[in-house]
Amino acid sequence: MSELPVDAAVTEGRIPDRNPEGIPELHEVECPPELREQIETLIGRYPDRHSVSIPALWAVQRLYGWCTPEGIREAAAVMRVTPAYLESVASFYDLLHTEPVGSHKVAVCTNISCWMRGGDELLDAFRAAAAGAEDLFVTGFECLGACDIAPMASIDERYFGPLEAAEAATAIEQLLAGEDVLPAKALEQRPLAGDTDA
Amino acid sequence: MPETRVLLEHAEDPALRTLAGYKGYGGYATLGKAYRELEADVILKELEESGLRGRGGAGFSMGKKASFLPRGEMAKYLCCNADESEPGAFKDRELMQRNPHQLIEGIAIAAIAADAGHAFIFIRGEYDSQADILDAAVAEAYEAGYLGKNVLGSRRDLELIVHRGAGAYICGEETALLDALEGKRGNPRLKPPFPAVQGLYGGPTLINNVETLSNVPRIVAHGAEWFKGFGTEQSPGTKVVSISGGVRRPGNYEVELGIPTRELIYGLAGGPDPGNEVKAFYPGGSASPVLTAEEGLDLPYSFEAMAEAGSMLGSGSIIVADDTVSIPHMALRTARFYHHESCGKCTPCREGTNWTVKMLERVVRGEATPMDLDIISSVQENIMGHCLCVLGDSMAMPVSAMVKKFRPEFEAVVDSAQTEAVAA
Ligand SMILES: Cc1cc2nc3c(=O)[nH]c(=O)nc-3n(C[C@H](O)[C@H](O)[C@H](O)COP(=O)(O)O)c2cc1C
Ligand code: SF4
Ligand code: FES
Repeated sequence: MSELPVDAAVTEGRIPDRNPEGIPELHEVECPPELREQIETLIGRYPDRHSVSIPALWAVQRLYGWCTPEGIREAAAVMRVTPAYLESVASFYDLLHTEPVGSHKVAVCTNISCWMRGGDELLDAFRAAAAGAEDLFVTGFECLGACDIAPMASIDERYFGPLEAAEAATAIEQLLAGEDVLPAKALEQRPLAGDTDA
Repeated sequence: MPETRVLLEHAEDPALRTLAGYKGYGGYATLGKAYRELEADVILKELEESGLRGRGGAGFSMGKKASFLPRGEMAKYLCCNADESEPGAFKDRELMQRNPHQLIEGIAIAAIAADAGHAFIFIRGEYDSQADILDAAVAEAYEAGYLGKNVLGSRRDLELIVHRGAGAYICGEETALLDALEGKRGNPRLKPPFPAVQGLYGGPTLINNVETLSNVPRIVAHGAEWFKGFGTEQSPGTKVVSISGGVRRPGNYEVELGIPTRELIYGLAGGPDPGNEVKAFYPGGSASPVLTAEEGLDLPYSFEAMAEAGSMLGSGSIIVADDTVSIPHMALRTARFYHHESCGKCTPCREGTNWTVKMLERVVRGEATPMDLDIISSVQENIMGHCLCVLGDSMAMPVSAMVKKFRPEFEAVVDSAQTEAVAA
C-alpha cells in the first residue's frame, strides 16, 4: 500500500475493510470465546455486519473495563474490519473509553438546568469525595436527560437526583462498600411529576 | 388546568411496562387490527389526516414524511430516534421507561405503513436503564409474535433492534444517526438525498421520534378526527412537555397543545421558588431562542404561536430561568454544550461554536469590551443557515436571542469590569 499516493492512501484508509494496516486474523488475536460469541450473535442480527461496531465496542468495554487496544483488535478480527477503523469509531463517542478508567463511573451533569440548581457544586463535592479513591472515575457531563431531578448524577449507569452536595460523600461510600447507592434518590422511585403534591 | 393524559394514560401503573399489563389496558389490539384489516395506504392516510407533527424538533407532518418513501420491492427501514440529548428534553425517557410497549406497537404499525422490514430504536447510551426496559419489552413482543417472522400470520416480517448509542448528541440528527447505525462515526450527511429516499444502507428510511411513534397506535385505533379533537388546528394532539430549571415541580406534563404557557410553568410546574419571578425561558429545548417572560408567558403553547414569536416549540422542553439567573452565564453554558458536541465537519459550526465560547468566557470573566458583544452577534449571524446540519444554528439562535434581548445585562457585566479595571 505504501506506493499509493497520499490522497488515495487517506481515502483507502477510511474504508473499514481496506486499511493499509490490514485486518487481523482470528488466530492472530486471543479473543475470549464469550466476546467472540457476543459479537457474532450481534452480526447475525443486523442486516450489515458493520453496524455492530458500537455494540461490539460496548462488549469490549464491558469485558475489559475500557476499549483496550487488544480488545479492539479482537473485535476487529471478529467483525472483519481494521482495528484503526474501530479505534476511530471509539474515539468519537464520549462513553467509549480509549484509556483506562475506574470500574465505577460517576457522571455529574453541569448543563443548564442542573447548573441552575447547583450542578457545579455537586461535581466539586463528588470530586472531593472521590479524591484518593482508586477505581473511581468522576466527570462532569452534558445534559443526561433528567433535568427533572436536577442537580443529578449518573452513578454506574443509574440516575440519581435531586442531590444535595452533602450526599456526594454518602454516595461514594456506599458505592465503594458495594451497597445500594442513595436508594431514596433513584430516578426509578419517582412518581410522575403531576402525581406529586405541590 | 389539569393534564390531558393520553400517551401517559395509566403511566403511574408499573405493570404497564409488561406485555400483560399493556394488553390489560387494550394494548396491541390496534396492531392486530392493522394486520388483519388495514392496508398500508389506509394507515398512511389516517396518519396524514391526523396532522400529527414530529415531536423530535422540526415538527414535520409524520404521515407526509412516511408517504415520501418510494414503493417497491427494495428493503426499507424504520428508525426510532431515542437519542434525546438536547438540554432540557427528558420526555422520551419517561415514555420509554413507563410504556415501552406503546412505542413498540407504534413502530410496528408505522412499519406497515412504511413497508419496512427492519426497525431500530436508536437510544442514547446514557439511558442504560431505559434500554434494559426496552430490551425486555422487545423480547416479550417477539415471544408473543408481535415481532419477528410472519407477524400474527400476516406473512410480513418485522425485526426490531434496540441499538444503544455511546454518547454523542449529534447522533440525534437524523443522518448522523444513520451513520452511527451503520457503525461509523456519527457525522451528518449532506441532504438531499433525504433519508426517506436514501437512508440506512442506502434504502428508503422513515425516521421518527419516540413520542411521534408513541402516538401512532391511538391515532390508528380511534381515527384522525379523534386526534384532531385535541390541541389546535395546526398543532393537533397532546404533547408531553418537559419543564425544568427554575420551577418548583419540574417534570413531564402531558397537555393539549395550545394551552397557555403560563399554565404550564406556573400552574403545573408550580412556578419559580417563592420570591422569584420568571425572567426568561427556552420554550423548546436549549436550541430554541429564549423568550422573555413578557413575550412568552401568555402565548399558547403550540408550534404556530412559538414560531410567530420568533422561537420554536422544538422538542417541547421548557427551561425556565428565574430572576436569579445570569443570562450571560446561561448563554455560555448553552454555547459550551454545542461547542462540545459539534462534530467538526463544517467550518462555521466548528469554529463559530469555539469562538463564541471563548468570547462569552471573556464576557463573564470581565475581560470583554462592548465591541465583543457585536462580534458575538455577528458570529451567530454567520453561522445561521451556513452549516451542514442544524447544530450550528442550534447554538446561534438562542445565543443571539440572549444577546439581543438582554443586551443591557451583558453590557452591565462588561461595564462593571471596565470600571474596575480603570479603578485598579
Ligand atoms: C443536532 C440535532 C440533534 C437532534 N437530536 C434529536 C433527538 O435527540 N431526538 C429526536 O427525535 N430528534 C432529534 N433531532 C431531529 C432529527 O433530525 C429528526 O428531525 C427527527 O428525529 C425526526 O423525527 P420527528 O419527525 O418524529 O420529529 C435532532 C436534530 C439535530 C439537528
Ligand atoms: S453543523 Fe456542526 S455538527 Fe452539524 S455537520 Fe457541521 S460541524 Fe457537524
Ligand atoms: S441539565 Fe442536567 S440532566 Fe438535563
